[in-house]
Amino acid sequence: MLDRRAKGWQKTAAAVISFAIFVSVWQLVTLNPTIHQVMPGPFAVLQKFFLSFAEPIGKNTMLMHMLITLSRWAVGFLAATVLGIALGLAMGWYPKFEYFMRPLFELVRPIPTLAWIPLVILWCGIGEFAKYTLVFIGAFMSIVQNAYHGAKSVDRSIVHAARMLGCNDRQMFFTIVIPASVPAISAGLQIGVASAWSSVVAAELVRSSSGVGWIVVTGQQNNNMTQILVGILVIAVIGLLLALLIRKVEDVLCRWNKRGR
Amino acid sequence: MQMEQERKIDSPIITLEHVEKEFVKVKEGGTFKVVEDLNVQVRENEFLVLFGPGQCGKTTILNMIAGFEEPDAGSICMYGKEIQGPDPSRGMVFQNLAIFPWLTVMGNVEYGPRMKGIDKKTRREKAQHYIDLVGLQGFENHYPIQISGGMKQRVGIARAYCNEPDVILMDEPFGALDAQTRYLMQDEIVRIWQAEKRTVIFVTNNIEEAVYVADRIVVIRNCPTSVKAEYEIGLPRPRSYIDPEFLKLRREINEVVDHTL
Repeated sequence: MLDRRAKGWQKTAAAVISFAIFVSVWQLVTLNPTIHQVMPGPFAVLQKFFLSFAEPIGKNTMLMHMLITLSRWAVGFLAATVLGIALGLAMGWYPKFEYFMRPLFELVRPIPTLAWIPLVILWCGIGEFAKYTLVFIGAFMSIVQNAYHGAKSVDRSIVHAARMLGCNDRQMFFTIVIPASVPAISAGLQIGVASAWSSVVAAELVRSSSGVGWIVVTGQQNNNMTQILVGILVIAVIGLLLALLIRKVEDVLCRWNKRGR
Repeated sequence: MQMEQERKIDSPIITLEHVEKEFVKVKEGGTFKVVEDLNVQVRENEFLVLFGPGQCGKTTILNMIAGFEEPDAGSICMYGKEIQGPDPSRGMVFQNLAIFPWLTVMGNVEYGPRMKGIDKKTRREKAQHYIDLVGLQGFENHYPIQISGGMKQRVGIARAYCNEPDVILMDEPFGALDAQTRYLMQDEIVRIWQAEKRTVIFVTNNIEEAVYVADRIVVIRNCPTSVKAEYEIGLPRPRSYIDPEFLKLRREINEVVDHTL
């Protein structure tokens, strides 16, 4: 017990030291006047970050930009989760559907989200729907792929056990295939969260008038290095928080799969 | 003690006649016979043990009786009707457990009645009865990952009994347990069988276990599998592993069985 607590303390200390070194090196490097012209110091960035909650960048304050980007992320990601799990499980469990859908899916899957941007803008315009669509594409593929593998690899003896206990085809799908696939599905969601977040930022970089991606790209247009770094910092922190959130969801859903509880 | 084939059989519940089964050789191509001309009659409420060496196709026989696999020739009938696919009238306790890891002990045991649409209160009471019978009271809300191997196997037994099948098939259920737990479970399974009279077909490659639990032992030949000998075990219960009669039977059967690596 004591040992574990000591280990936890060491971990925290190591992380703090690592951050401290990173910030110090950043600070030291930017003391050089030539470098300082293209790279603001860490404290200038932090100051600008906190200031941006009071002073708007463009039309919105930082909080609004965050909420705008997050809502774009949420709509696309939720749609991708619902449809992706449904398609993946159906494809993994029903062989006929698999033969029908899988070749098409495998053809579309490797296309990077970025490659869809021109097409999506032509089809959906530059409004919100275009962003939802890009986030959806970003998350959808990995969610489908993982749900598919989850349903595909349900233990045969578990299926036999359910059959001998008298479950019918519908019950098999809902009481066996879905719960058995939950660990694989949450692995897909973990990847999906990250790629959906990248996609929403990419979409905002290309065409938008608000959001954290827009902060970065207008920073570039105005040659405002501090603003770019503030935008990047926000993108990093929110991305991290989203990943942690999904991991929490996974902990709850996969309680039965974790030892020592 | 060896019985002849013409021995009278009272009210057979399951009849295997001239059963044959071939498997395809994956690497070399072609097929090999696993089961050849197998004839067994299973009597109502008896504890029948299929005993044979290592890889002699015992599991295949059980899988065919369960309905997970079909014989290539011959017939397997229950109450005179050909077995077609798995059915709740034949429960199975699996060698590799196959309990549902995402359900609690209670959730596993009540699964069969739940699939039948029996209301929650009734099925909970019933499941509780079987949980008590196998000695798992107090662990109803534990997930399988939180309990020991012996306890998991008890869940499998309670789950099979709770669905009230006419026949319970047990595929080397104690094969993965340590020696002490195995002795304990042999006592338990006899106690449960005496409390809930149902036909049991029990597969094992352990001669001591076979003589300890069986009403009747069918000794099975190594691949291709067929009946080599049959023993009626008249020893009174509870039996003792060191009783001279027990040891004599054990030696006798051991001399008949095919020895393989």
